[in-house]
Amino acid sequence: MNSQNQSIIIKTAFRYAIPFIFLYAIYVLTHGEYSPGGGFQAGGLMAIIVVLSRLVEGDKAQINISGNKAFILAGVGTFIYALVGWVTMAFGGNFLSYSFLPIDVADKYRHQWGILSIEIGVTICVMATIITIYDAITTKGEKDAE
Amino acid sequence: MKNIQIILLMMVFYIFLNAVGGLPIVGDVDSPAATHISPRYIEKSYKETGSKNFVTAVLADYRAYDTLGETVVIFTAGVATVLILKVFQKEK
Repeated sequence: MNSQNQSIIIKTAFRYAIPFIFLYAIYVLTHGEYSPGGGFQAGGLMAIIVVLSRLVEGDKAQINISGNKAFILAGVGTFIYALVGWVTMAFGGNFLSYSFLPIDVADKYRHQWGILSIEIGVTICVMATIITIYDAITTKGEKDAE
Repeated sequence: MKNIQIILLMMVFYIFLNAVGGLPIVGDVDSPAATHISPRYIEKSYKETGSKNFVTAVLADYRAYDTLGETVVIFTAGVATVLILKVFQKEK
């Protein structure tokens, strides 16, 4: 994909759409407790930003996470989720029983922090996985490069 | 051969038709699904989890272990796709 051939309409629309998509992703993530939505959807929205950037700007994508980094991030996201469970276990509770999180607030808010933490983990995992898959199916092979 | 298939299918169909009669009516408050664990979620989920949304309370708190499994499934799907599709270039 050659970035010089893209029309200025696509480039400008892309530039104006990105902040709103990002804001909406953050909203879906943090508001997931009160309304439908949550980590999986927010991860999809965040991945859309990177995929759009690659589609529009080609090789010179400014908002970019390379395939290898995304691969690592997917593991990190899953690890954050499991880490919350292990922390609650270390402080004497069952796996993922948020009442045992070491935060000095009321029990109800400890649950809210726990839910938000695992949603962030899910978001990172889903975002990075989508980017990884997109990267895997669009990378040029050796024969194409020659 | 084809007749046997049709006869077997009719038998299965007859069994299913009989089973339908035993199902609870949709929306029945006395059905097993509505009396077993749903009242606990509806009455206590806000007090216990602080989430105003039942779905989130069940998904991320009561059944958080299940959601961890879903996340691992997505991660595994990504790993499998990379292993199958990505072209690993030789280092020179």
